Amino acid sequence: MVVMVLVIGGLYSAPNLYGEDPAIQVSGLRGAEVNALVLDSVVAKLDEAKIEYKKSELSADRILVRLKNEDDQLKAKEAIGDSLGDSYVVALNLAPATPAWLEAFGAGPLKLGLDLRGGVHFLMEVDMGEAMNKQFEQMVQDFRSDLREEKIRYRGIKRVAGKDTVRIQLRNEEDLSPARRFLTNRYGQGYSIVEESGDDPALLVALTEEKVREIRSYAVDQNITIIRNRVNELGVAEPLVQRQGQDRIVVQLPGVQDTARAKEILGATATLEFKLVDSKGDLGAALNGRVPPRSKLYEKSKVGPVLLEKRVILTGDHIVDASSSFDEYGMPQVNISLDSKGGNKMSAMTKDNVGNQMAVVFIEYKKTDQKDKNGKFRLKKIEEVISVATIQSRLGRNFRITGSGSQAEAHNLALLLRAGALIAPIQIVEERTVGPSLGQENIDAGLSAVLLGFALVLVFMLFYYKKFGLVANIALAANLVLIIGVMSMIPGATLTLPGIAGIVLTVGMAVDANVLIFERIREELKDNRSPQQAIHHGYDSAFSTIADANITTFIAAIILFAIGTGPVKGFAITLAIGIATSMFTAIVGTRAIVNATWGGKRIDKLSI
Amino acid sequence: MQLLSIKDTIKFMSIRRFSMAFSLILILGAFGSFFTKGLNWGLDFTGGSLIEVSFDNSANLKQIRGVMEQQGFGDATVQNFGSSRDVLIRLAPTKSKDDGQKVDAKMVGNQIMTALIAMDESATMRRIEFVGPSVGDELREQGGLAMLTALICILIYVALRFEWRFALGSVTALAHDVIITLGLFSILGIEFDLTVLAAVLAVIGYSLNDTIVVSDRIRENFRKMRDMTSEETIDLSLTQTLNRTMVTSITTALVLVALLLMGGELIKGFAIALLFGVVIGTYSSIYVASSIALSLGVSREDLMPTEVEKEGADQDPMMP
Repeated sequence: MVVMVLVIGGLYSAPNLYGEDPAIQVSGLRGAEVNALVLDSVVAKLDEAKIEYKKSELSADRILVRLKNEDDQLKAKEAIGDSLGDSYVVALNLAPATPAWLEAFGAGPLKLGLDLRGGVHFLMEVDMGEAMNKQFEQMVQDFRSDLREEKIRYRGIKRVAGKDTVRIQLRNEEDLSPARRFLTNRYGQGYSIVEESGDDPALLVALTEEKVREIRSYAVDQNITIIRNRVNELGVAEPLVQRQGQDRIVVQLPGVQDTARAKEILGATATLEFKLVDSKGDLGAALNGRVPPRSKLYEKSKVGPVLLEKRVILTGDHIVDASSSFDEYGMPQVNISLDSKGGNKMSAMTKDNVGNQMAVVFIEYKKTDQKDKNGKFRLKKIEEVISVATIQSRLGRNFRITGSGSQAEAHNLALLLRAGALIAPIQIVEERTVGPSLGQENIDAGLSAVLLGFALVLVFMLFYYKKFGLVANIALAANLVLIIGVMSMIPGATLTLPGIAGIVLTVGMAVDANVLIFERIREELKDNRSPQQAIHHGYDSAFSTIADANITTFIAAIILFAIGTGPVKGFAITLAIGIATSMFTAIVGTRAIVNATWGGKRIDKLSI
Repeated sequence: MQLLSIKDTIKFMSIRRFSMAFSLILILGAFGSFFTKGLNWGLDFTGGSLIEVSFDNSANLKQIRGVMEQQGFGDATVQNFGSSRDVLIRLAPTKSKDDGQKVDAKMVGNQIMTALIAMDESATMRRIEFVGPSVGDELREQGGLAMLTALICILIYVALRFEWRFALGSVTALAHDVIITLGLFSILGIEFDLTVLAAVLAVIGYSLNDTIVVSDRIRENFRKMRDMTSEETIDLSLTQTLNRTMVTSITTALVLVALLLMGGELIKGFAIALLFGVVIGTYSSIYVASSIALSLGVSREDLMPTEVEKEGADQDPMMP
């Protein structure tokens, strides 16, 4: 068993010996696919630019080209990036040079944390207070126009200061229950409506807890979707965009040095516009440069180039809600609700355009490098058509878009549609950027600390316990291999600088189990037991002590992992893994060696 | 080879009044420093911005301070970090009220880098950190919570596995180690950041390791030595485990020295905290944990009923 565990541990830690190749990664953006054709053009481009490459691979969602050195990598990125255009992301990457036979076992090298690789870590917080404020503003506006439409007279509608409730003051008491029934019908679940009769008849509308949770969760999801889209534009090889806790989003961009640009792109504001498709215009002619004066050509589009009228039907700030669901045929659809003003506009515009097509344009403003006269960065407007649909009938405040593709796409579209309206503002609350030189220095420093510590302990143990010290040293080496093997095996584990510190500490503490056992054996020998008996008793009586001591340290490591963040977590992972592996190597491992060496023989003296 | 070759039992417990007084002085000293100097909280806990820049030649701190003032950051601290070519610039969290300033706070790092590159082209960014004030407060809360949770969980485990007097003794020893380690950081004014917090928690783990080993031996000896007093048994146990305690402390200290020397600036605080923690943890597992268990009146009878399930059962009842 010992041998087997070691072989497996060795196998999984082996990829770390092979290092990494500088590589170029090409992946599709917004539905663009990477396929053999793209691969051919990439390879052709490299040949043309006379850049030698080691290997090119095509996998499900990306092309990876391994290059000889970092200079070639930069040149290749430029060459490929220019030729492929906007629909593809070309990113610099480091591809593990793990041999195929090891990859077959699913083995890969350790993932390095940002403090070792270099890169940016952002923690962003969604401003929930603002999100809720906007929600209530919207509710007040809607109630006003709804009640006016229903001809229910009210004295005033406003949010109760400091509370999550909207108060509708009515003129007379008789209106209370019709008003309540009307609002309940209209808004249904998620709202709790209470009547307040007396001299001052009013309805109190509050959001249910569930609805509040939904709004919050939506605000975060929406931001995540938008950030993901933007991160793709940055061309980062392995970005991470993840929710953390209730209202935070972690963004990690390994290898990104230009944080200013990253922040600008992530912080860009987005809006939406609804426009009519110019059905009379000639798309072919427009593509050749003859665009009708009333229209504009959109080449960046999910549905291919499209010609849209310049006139804007509606802007995104009229969108109150957008969600995805299924229509009566089980096809995904996106439901959109507008505010009353928006509903009126939409209704007026669509009246005469039934049968025509309407498009949604997603607009982002991004800062560019140029500055204007006042020293402020010029903004660049980036427009993209995210949906084109046929108008089936006159549309009102609530309508839906069908045929927008898969359910995931419908979901995405819904999130993007909401981006135009209720987007909750987002704020960077934590930033950690590590330059590439510091990352490499951290790796070097960590590695030399591990090696020096390891060497010191080896010498000490050998000197102090002689042959048994040698046995402990073998176990310690095996322990190091196992820690790295286990770390490489666990998908979520990343090695950070504090993680390396954890490994160093484990090296020091791992010998403790052996020290306990060996001291016991020495005591037993002093009590005039035979060497065989002493070994046997030493291992047996030390076991419970070792277990107790390690379990308590393990508890501390688990708590560190559960409560800590960032660097503390990295340390906790290696500490916990180190405790588990050291228990194994120091007890089971050394016992196996000791038995193989001294077992079954008559010996008079032990070298301990 | 033997570190200490001891024939007789060392009377550790006979000086326990002295050692208790010594510990009390250390703890009072630590608290005194907390109240007068406080801890030098790092960026992780206070919030603010930090920029580490390296230059090709020795950095001109005066010139950098001038640049900082020009940029409107007169309150920035500028100091060397590790070598004369590396510079660390710290900014207190911007007290932002309106939105405009908030945006500034996170762009500060980039703004300063641009200004420094304009001053000296060789300036390269090594790291930029920005922690919002709310995050800092949270991390501090989380850190304290982690420490308390760890102590309570350990208290429960030791109480279940041994006896409440041992549990109280070992947790007191842990609190003792943590307080004195924090006191050292306060007195020396070393920055206390998240990695140091991790180190302090590791000190808890380490010191506990030591205490458990000692307690385990005390329990075993209580069962074997029927005609010894409690004090004698504890002295004997401490003497028997002394070699192991020293050897493990030495190996751990060795790797920590390696970490301190080779690990670089970022890990220095971590290594110092642990190194000191190992020393104080070794002391406390000998003097503090056992003295408290003894003062609380731990005796043979307290440990007998659990005998059946313990490993001591399969051992010879008497030593030859």
